[in-house]
Amino acid sequence: MWTRRSVFVISLFTTLALVAAACAGDDDEEAATEEFEPGALGAVEVAPGDPILIGAHQAISGDTASLGTDQVRGIELAIADRGELLGHEIELQVEDDECAAEGGTTGAQRLVAEPQLVAVVGTSCSGAAVPAAEILSDEGIAMISSSNTSPGLTSDLEGTEGENHQDNYLRTAHNDIVQGQAAANFAFEELGAQTAATIHDGDPYTQGLATAFEASFTELGGEVIVATAVNKGDTDMRPVLTEVAAANPDMVFFPIFQPEADFIVAQSNEFPELEDTNKLMGADGLLSDTFIVLPDTENMYFSGPATPTGGEYQEFVEKYNDEYGEAPIQAFHAHAYDAANMLFDTIDAVAVEEEDGTLQIDRQALLDELYATSGFEGLTGTLTCDEFGDCADPSIDVVQNGEPEATIEDVRGNVLYNFKPEE
Amino acid sequence: MKTGGPGMGRRAVQLPIIDGFLWLVRIGAIVVVVWGATQSLSSGRLSAEQWRNLVVVGITQGSVYALIALGYTMVYGVLRFINFAHGEVFMIGAMTGFFVTDALAETALWRDYVWAALAIALVCCMATSSIVAVLLERVAYRRLRGLPRLIPFITAIGASFFLQYAIAGLFGTQVNAYPNVEPLDGTLTPLGLFSIQRVHLLVIVAGLVMMAGLHLYIEKTKAGKAIRAVAEDQEIARLMGINVDRTIARVFAIGGALAGAAGLLFGLVFENVFFRTGFLPGIKAFTAAVLGGIGNIGGAVVGGLTLGSVESLGPSLVLAGYDIPAANQLKDVVAFSVLVLVLIFRPTGLLGERLGEERT
Repeated sequence: MWTRRSVFVISLFTTLALVAAACAGDDDEEAATEEFEPGALGAVEVAPGDPILIGAHQAISGDTASLGTDQVRGIELAIADRGELLGHEIELQVEDDECAAEGGTTGAQRLVAEPQLVAVVGTSCSGAAVPAAEILSDEGIAMISSSNTSPGLTSDLEGTEGENHQDNYLRTAHNDIVQGQAAANFAFEELGAQTAATIHDGDPYTQGLATAFEASFTELGGEVIVATAVNKGDTDMRPVLTEVAAANPDMVFFPIFQPEADFIVAQSNEFPELEDTNKLMGADGLLSDTFIVLPDTENMYFSGPATPTGGEYQEFVEKYNDEYGEAPIQAFHAHAYDAANMLFDTIDAVAVEEEDGTLQIDRQALLDELYATSGFEGLTGTLTCDEFGDCADPSIDVVQNGEPEATIEDVRGNVLYNFKPEE
Repeated sequence: MKTGGPGMGRRAVQLPIIDGFLWLVRIGAIVVVVWGATQSLSSGRLSAEQWRNLVVVGITQGSVYALIALGYTMVYGVLRFINFAHGEVFMIGAMTGFFVTDALAETALWRDYVWAALAIALVCCMATSSIVAVLLERVAYRRLRGLPRLIPFITAIGASFFLQYAIAGLFGTQVNAYPNVEPLDGTLTPLGLFSIQRVHLLVIVAGLVMMAGLHLYIEKTKAGKAIRAVAEDQEIARLMGINVDRTIARVFAIGGALAGAAGLLFGLVFENVFFRTGFLPGIKAFTAAVLGGIGNIGGAVVGGLTLGSVESLGPSLVLAGYDIPAANQLKDVVAFSVLVLVLIFRPTGLLGERLGEERT
């Protein structure tokens, strides 16, 4: 031991002396180069002139295409606003999560096949995130979702890790525990509902939200008398609705997607017990321009992430309008914009630039720095990440659909109730 | 003491075991159904009227399945080939229905003569679906006729995706809502026994009329005779001077037209359509065709109605009796269990497989 240490000390001094002698002028930069050692997860090396490659793993086809398209646009606007990052262009590789586990797997496999990939903004759907997070985690690639809300992906907000949590996973969307609380509080306190029915479609998002609602509603003193489910692809909801109507609940919470929800609202007006649309409540998955125009959704309630306020958001919407010729089509574009910017800021902070302009981005350092995000000012609020990757500054609105001519902005603006969790 | 041959002995021992096992499965299935049904009926969760309504709902859904299943079964009866793109032909009918009714919804015709407007929509749907089905046969299947069956089968799956995403690409992935048809709103209560939605009644009546029409066409007309002849033996039919190509095209045209009509009816009942609309009903209709006996036209009708009723009644009647949570989510499990049970005991389906045997 003794001799070994002395040999080491001597050789260290000799090396330093040599280095100092060799380059007296610019030893600062030289030292930085020497210092960079990739961490346990490796590093991405971006050569001068090469772009920084970011993945977008979003639902861009199928029934929920609007959800992912909206977020891809948010990311594209963030890239456009940023221009260059550390002198490199930002390139976006878009993969389709199909809002299902299959798409989550194939898309993630295609992303990890790119050695230059720095991080991924996605997925759109919690169901796709479960396998995608696992695949990306094996490669140490950071993943920030801007619309996954299933509690299983992070935690129950009381310190218990979710069953599908991975250590590379973060999100800027709210945790559905919060949305469940918001919906249950609104139903119990504002609507005075004592009994409720929930309908999910087997997807982790819908199931998680229905369960969260049930937990909060029961805690408040109400009772969930029917907790049932439909299948994706079902068209005839009358058997389910017959069961729900037989129990005659004060309200029905069905946080599912289109087109199954279209069938539920259209067919529920055939049941005298469910005719009153004031009894119906959906969630953010249904706050879309094609759902609220349906005649049977008039007066229906929706819970969902609050539309950001403030000048910066207005500017963002203008840019969105100019670029894509329409107003934002879903609820999570701002979350996607924030996720992308949070990622760019973090890359900016951890990347090491070598003498020849090569950029070294250490994966472990990037992850650590992302998890350490605190007080990031985004469009959706002040983001601070917890140890399980929940970064959102959650604010849930309950809105009500009005006139048949109402646009999605009108509905989002018609806020009856706002919920923010107590710190 | 008599000694049978070795073969005799084995049969004597084996048959009772297999038969006994099958009887056990039969008895088990009946016990499960009866016990579940008694439990949920005696719980009084649903009123008698609600039960009757579930039956009506099942028959309506079943009529739509039956109309699509006819297309599967006719093509199978003639070509021994399962046209998996048939669900997409149905979806294109429903899409056409959306475009036509949507365009007509603002006109005076719609306001004053809504039935005439619906008739126009029906003709358009049937024509479009028919043309698509014929083109499909001409482009994708005709050249593959006579090759091993797997090849046209895989082509059919490819054609199905092609049609789905062609529609998605042309008209977008959004869900399109049908306009409201006023005379179809509201319910009727014939004899005060049960209530039926007007639109459901329309579907059931229209379905029955079309099925009867198809039956007459196949049995009574010359063209129908040619179809039966081709189904029986293509080569002999050709020798007898029947234009086989044209007859097969005609089968696709009729199947397509029925699917188009089913598309419009589906649109009127469920009031919306998008590019994936055809996928699940297509699979269900195929199941219905197999359940009734594929290749058999009566079988498609029986299979469709059975499947629809089982789907709507099964979960509430049987599964709910065992206190299974969210029983309706398992309706496909119920439907396919019935299919498996039927195929175990009647491998050729409820009414038997081949049309040819009946026809001869």
